[in-house]
Amino acid sequence: SPAAAPDQRPGRPPRTPAPRLCARLTRPRLPPPAGVLVGSAVLRASNKPAEMEEPPLLPGEDVKDVGPCAKDVTYICPFTGAVRGTLTVTNYRLHFRSLERDPPFVLDASLGVVSRVEKIGGASSRGENSYGLETVCKVSVWPRAACSWPPSSRAQGRHAHARPVDIRNLRFAHKPEGRTRRSIFENLMKYAFPVSNNLVGAFPLREAPRRRRARAPVLAPALPTALPQPLFAFEYKEQFPENGWKLYDPLAEYRRQGIPNESWRITRANERYELCDTYPALLVVPASVPDEELRRVAAFRSRGRIPVLSWIHPESQATITRCSQPLVGVSGKRSKEDEKYLQAVMDANAQSPKIFIFDARPSVNAVANKVRARRRVPRGLSSVVWRPPLALRRRDTCGLSGEAKGGGYESEDAYQNTELVFLDIHNIHVMRESLRKLKELVYPSIEEAHWLSNLEATHWLEHIKLILAGALRIADRVEAGKASAVVHCSDGWDRTAQLTALAMLMLDGHYRTVRGFQVLVEKEWLSFGHRFQLRLGHGDKNHADADRSPVFLQFVDCVWQMTRQFPTAFEFNEYFLITILDHLYSCLFGTFLCNSEQQRGRENLPKRTVSLWSYINSQLEDFTNPLYGGYSNHVLYPVASMRHLELWVGYYVRWNPRMKPQEPVHSRCRELLAKRAELQKKVQELQREVSSRSSSSSERASPPTQCAAPVQTVV
Amino acid sequence: QLAPRQPSLFACSVSPKDSQEDLFWSPSGEQLLCEASTVLKCVQEDSGQRGIYGKLVCTDFKIAFLGDDEAALNSDETQFKNKVIGENDITLPCVDQIYGVFDEKKKALCGQLKKYPEKLIIHCKDLRVFHFCLRYTKEEEVKRIVSGIIHHTQTPKLLKRLFLFSYATAAQNSTATDPKSHTVMFDTLKDWCWELERTRGHTKYKVVSVNEGYTVCERLPAYFVVPNPLSEEDVPRFQGHGIPIWCWSCHNGCALLKMSALPKEQDDGVLQIQKSFLDGIYRTIHRPPYEIVKTEDLSSNFLSLQEIQTAYSKFKQLFLIVMSVENNLMSFLFLLLSDNSTEFWDTDIKWFSLLESSSWLDIIRRCLKKAIEVTECLEAQHMNILLLGNIFKSQKETASDLCCLLSSLVQVMLDPHYRTRVGFQSLIQKEWIMGGHCFLDRCNHLRQSDKEEVPVFLLFLDCVWQLVHQHPPAFEFTETYLTVLSDSLYIPIFSTFFFNSPHQKYMNMGRESQDAQNQSLNLLTVWDWSVQFAPKAQMLFTNPLYVEKPKLDKGQQKGTHCKHQRQLSLPLTQSKSSPKRGFFREETDHLIKNLLGKRISKLINSSDELQDNFREFYDSWHSKPPDYHGLLLPHIEGPEIRVWAQRYLRWIPEAQILGGGQVATMNKLLEMMEEVQSLQEKIDERYHSQQGLQTEAASMLRSSSARLSSLFPFALLQRHSSKPVLPISGWKALGDEEDLAKQEDEFVDLGDV
Repeated sequence: SPAAAPDQRPGRPPRTPAPRLCARLTRPRLPPPAGVLVGSAVLRASNKPAEMEEPPLLPGEDVKDVGPCAKDVTYICPFTGAVRGTLTVTNYRLHFRSLERDPPFVLDASLGVVSRVEKIGGASSRGENSYGLETVCKVSVWPRAACSWPPSSRAQGRHAHARPVDIRNLRFAHKPEGRTRRSIFENLMKYAFPVSNNLVGAFPLREAPRRRRARAPVLAPALPTALPQPLFAFEYKEQFPENGWKLYDPLAEYRRQGIPNESWRITRANERYELCDTYPALLVVPASVPDEELRRVAAFRSRGRIPVLSWIHPESQATITRCSQPLVGVSGKRSKEDEKYLQAVMDANAQSPKIFIFDARPSVNAVANKVRARRRVPRGLSSVVWRPPLALRRRDTCGLSGEAKGGGYESEDAYQNTELVFLDIHNIHVMRESLRKLKELVYPSIEEAHWLSNLEATHWLEHIKLILAGALRIADRVEAGKASAVVHCSDGWDRTAQLTALAMLMLDGHYRTVRGFQVLVEKEWLSFGHRFQLRLGHGDKNHADADRSPVFLQFVDCVWQMTRQFPTAFEFNEYFLITILDHLYSCLFGTFLCNSEQQRGRENLPKRTVSLWSYINSQLEDFTNPLYGGYSNHVLYPVASMRHLELWVGYYVRWNPRMKPQEPVHSRCRELLAKRAELQKKVQELQREVSSRSSSSSERASPPTQCAAPVQTVV
Repeated sequence: QLAPRQPSLFACSVSPKDSQEDLFWSPSGEQLLCEASTVLKCVQEDSGQRGIYGKLVCTDFKIAFLGDDEAALNSDETQFKNKVIGENDITLPCVDQIYGVFDEKKKALCGQLKKYPEKLIIHCKDLRVFHFCLRYTKEEEVKRIVSGIIHHTQTPKLLKRLFLFSYATAAQNSTATDPKSHTVMFDTLKDWCWELERTRGHTKYKVVSVNEGYTVCERLPAYFVVPNPLSEEDVPRFQGHGIPIWCWSCHNGCALLKMSALPKEQDDGVLQIQKSFLDGIYRTIHRPPYEIVKTEDLSSNFLSLQEIQTAYSKFKQLFLIVMSVENNLMSFLFLLLSDNSTEFWDTDIKWFSLLESSSWLDIIRRCLKKAIEVTECLEAQHMNILLLGNIFKSQKETASDLCCLLSSLVQVMLDPHYRTRVGFQSLIQKEWIMGGHCFLDRCNHLRQSDKEEVPVFLLFLDCVWQLVHQHPPAFEFTETYLTVLSDSLYIPIFSTFFFNSPHQKYMNMGRESQDAQNQSLNLLTVWDWSVQFAPKAQMLFTNPLYVEKPKLDKGQQKGTHCKHQRQLSLPLTQSKSSPKRGFFREETDHLIKNLLGKRISKLINSSDELQDNFREFYDSWHSKPPDYHGLLLPHIEGPEIRVWAQRYLRWIPEAQILGGGQVATMNKLLEMMEEVQSLQEKIDERYHSQQGLQTEAASMLRSSSARLSSLFPFALLQRHSSKPVLPISGWKALGDEEDLAKQEDEFVDLGDV
């Protein structure tokens, strides 16, 4: 089994860390937000003495294990070397604090980011720091070291601690005689992987995917001490003034787009998720297609994901619709209903005699999809292990035609007036591998001399480029060509979501606001069934799961690239995007739990958990871009060239104390904004004064000597 | 006399229909050499290529294309217009390579031609690329224009034949107004005294004028600064060699010095004399009040000119995107739906490795790193730094070039004064112009030796750009200023960058003065920006993020510390160098050995201690919030050294972000500052005249940033439509990931379908 706890591994000595002092760690620029620092003092708003051993707790958080033995633990920091202190595990976080250094060294990570925990060395291992634990964090979750974010002072308040902070690999050395390792290990396993430990169904995700159960035999037996333990999101009890679960109202969003109209209608055909269990309850379909017909279309689309409207152009009525691949198979099956349906989508837009079908995949893969049988996997075999025999993967599907449904793409013969475009975006496995390489590139240190070619070898930015380029093509067809676009990949929940969401971001300024972006994520990602649980593996210790992939991260990276190219076009800032990504993994909020709207409803997440948007919208000023303005009606076309793409250092390399903190442009801008507001107020006052004087013109006001000193301009 | 008419009118703003005489304003001294009509200029646009008919002329100043529909193009955007050089003008020194297209084959053109090309491609040093189709031009004219252009741009010429002189002679009477730019030119005793005073160096250093008339050394400026105890007689002993020359004083009293090594001698007697001379020099500069001296030998262990040259020639190729030849041959059709951006996208896939293989960015990193090392010694270790090398020798000698580069970089990092526009210009005057950087050779203005052409000054500007980019609030000037400055290197009406040394300039002006009735030439300096740009355009040089230092502590107090610095610094220094007892003596020997040209392995530089000091200094600076009016260090990690996009990508339409880029930020800030200012004015007015509040402030840069592109203010006319640039799909092999790529996203869990 690839998962979990290889006991008593032969002592792998921890890498000797660079003996250099990381000075950034003690950056005193801003009083650092509570508890989010690696290696710096926690200056809490309440000014509690730093000697406190317990971490600052969230409502609902519980200290599970601060035995006296957990005190003598050594953390091996790759930047500053070994440091001794106290290790605490709660049901939400892992907290390490050392008073050896001044200011005290603190490390704080939410358990949601833990990918696996390993024991290093046995009782007999010799040498210093050779006996202990290693915690490997999920791909892409790296912390900022000492943060200069968020810039405003409010952020030092109570919520800043919600940000997970960790370093990719956390190594803790224990004293073999102290017997602390076992209890820490057990607690880590228990609270970091509650989903894996509750196989019997006692855990909150009642509707555990069947495949998990199928995999049960290969998993290590649950720890004897494990009790039914929910993800922390279910225990988190913070109150916020706004309820983020109410933010997205599909009807309101469609109304904003002008729907229903004469060509499009809102259907409740999927109210019970019977038409398609991964789609939302409300769907927008061509007005001319009745509900009964939808079922027949669904039969021809993989997993029943029929083409539904995502966005409509306010002027040309050109639309973006999304779906999954048609089940044409190798024999080139056709479906009249599906063809008619796409014709209806096209007819809804009178401006163009043509419709564009964007297949996100590389054409080779799309072809292979036809012949590759999608087979039932024998029960008990994990997808990692099982692969169809090569012969099946390549050709010779005749024998399978009965039971297997081949995918594929719309042929231009069957679908009149369509143009099929392949966007050459690779699958989740390629992306996962690319991110793994990227992680190796930037951790623990960056090699200067070959930085660029190494970066190129990860292909990460190349993938980003292709995704952006694909979205650009879609946006261009819809905007300039006034043609409707149908977007799909294989299942229509990974690459399709990336493409439609990005294209909508380019076309519609509403999605570039804070709330608009939240709606976009709720709509294109959450409601249309991007499989967050599966792609991220919340609480699941099966770290080598082939279904994990940084699909959403890639999307956010693309958005970040766009904000770099258009620094004044987005209402939100980099910190907003980073916060979303942090809580993508933290399991503190319910937003990114489960795989579909149906599951979320069944688990009653809106009642039982807190939404990320509640937190974000309660302190908006931290997340807004001071430069924002003046772009709302523009279509943004980013340049999808390597010459303009860059690695998102502020996210991927933020743990590195040598990396540059946020640019000061924003602070200067905030300064100006404040100044402007101040002056505007003054002008208004004066104007009021003038008008009041002119109304009683005879009176002479006393000269305003009290404000004799004009405000100092910095211009 | 009329009001001082700027001779800059000779930029081609006159339509070709006008008579020949009107074409060039005679007082500019510009002369038409040859011309050709019905030339087709190929313009790359998003829809394909377009041709514009017009006349191609070559004067002794520039090559210019006068399009038939010039007027329509010119009226479009006037915000950032260079008054001297039009959009279709190429000054002769700016021409880099000329290619001809013969039967679909591209060939570099030089010397006598047997056959004349159908098409002329001109690569410029500012990275523009021009395509002129000569297919419809009369054969006679083709011959004349092609050979004319080749002759005037590719063959060696004499200094005296530079346009600079004919222009200066012609513009004699037009009183080029004295630039009131406050740039310190360092050509007078007073300037140096002022600088000494400003940096508080006057207590230990003095200006000498022994080199007035360049009698001592032709590589030294007329005035320079040496340590106080040095007698003026010592300077000429070895023609200025072996003399520590002051560059700049740090606030703690430490100084940056430079010294030219003595010529190598075989004779023992001479060697002895040299040794005792140096011993004497060394004794004077190595006892209090002078700090411990550390030498930085630039002739070894650091960059070579060859490296810089190779790197840049590879690097610039990445930006000279050429339209494919086949397409261009068909360009007699005005609109071709051709994919001329193929090359752009072809190189896009391997962009990062191409960048790396040019190693230009790595050279920048090495320069910055070296500068940080020097800064660390000055700032943290309280040492004087002596830059050493054959800095007087220009040919094939790196030290003099790197000395300018390094000393000015260090000063930009340490002295906030040099981060203002005037200060930066003064710095260039001091270190580069008076420091004797061989601009004439390094820019190859005379086409005498391609080997000597090394873009050292550009390298410096690129290093400064990195700083500007990383610390935007620290600089008063913008990247646009740097870009324009780098372009000004090739405009032969300014004397600034057209001499190898002040001596050369002096000689050439002197001789001229006898011919021209004892009136010395009136050469323009590039710092007079009004010659090139209207005040409105110059506003783009000023950084809206820059905040001037609060007036209260203008560094006055620093001076008072000066005297105590030495004492204060000693314990610190000792604690660091305590393991090395014999430090002092060793260093002396080291210095002398170095100066005598017998170089032994470095004692100090190779030690780990230096590396550790560097790291500690670097990390500790970056761990604190930067003081933009104090010491400024660059980040030198891999991701932080970037391509100066504005300079290098500005002519490439594919790289244009419509409505985006840095420009958008700057514009937004300017807009806001304007608003703040106008509000302030309203309030002020209100206080003064009881009834203001009516006036509207005139807007200065009020074009919505959504309409500007990232290439602004350059390449305004490249793309008008708002169509996106669609990448031509190119995918490199994934290599070992190929296997993953073939997998299905999910091939399990299909039982549910």
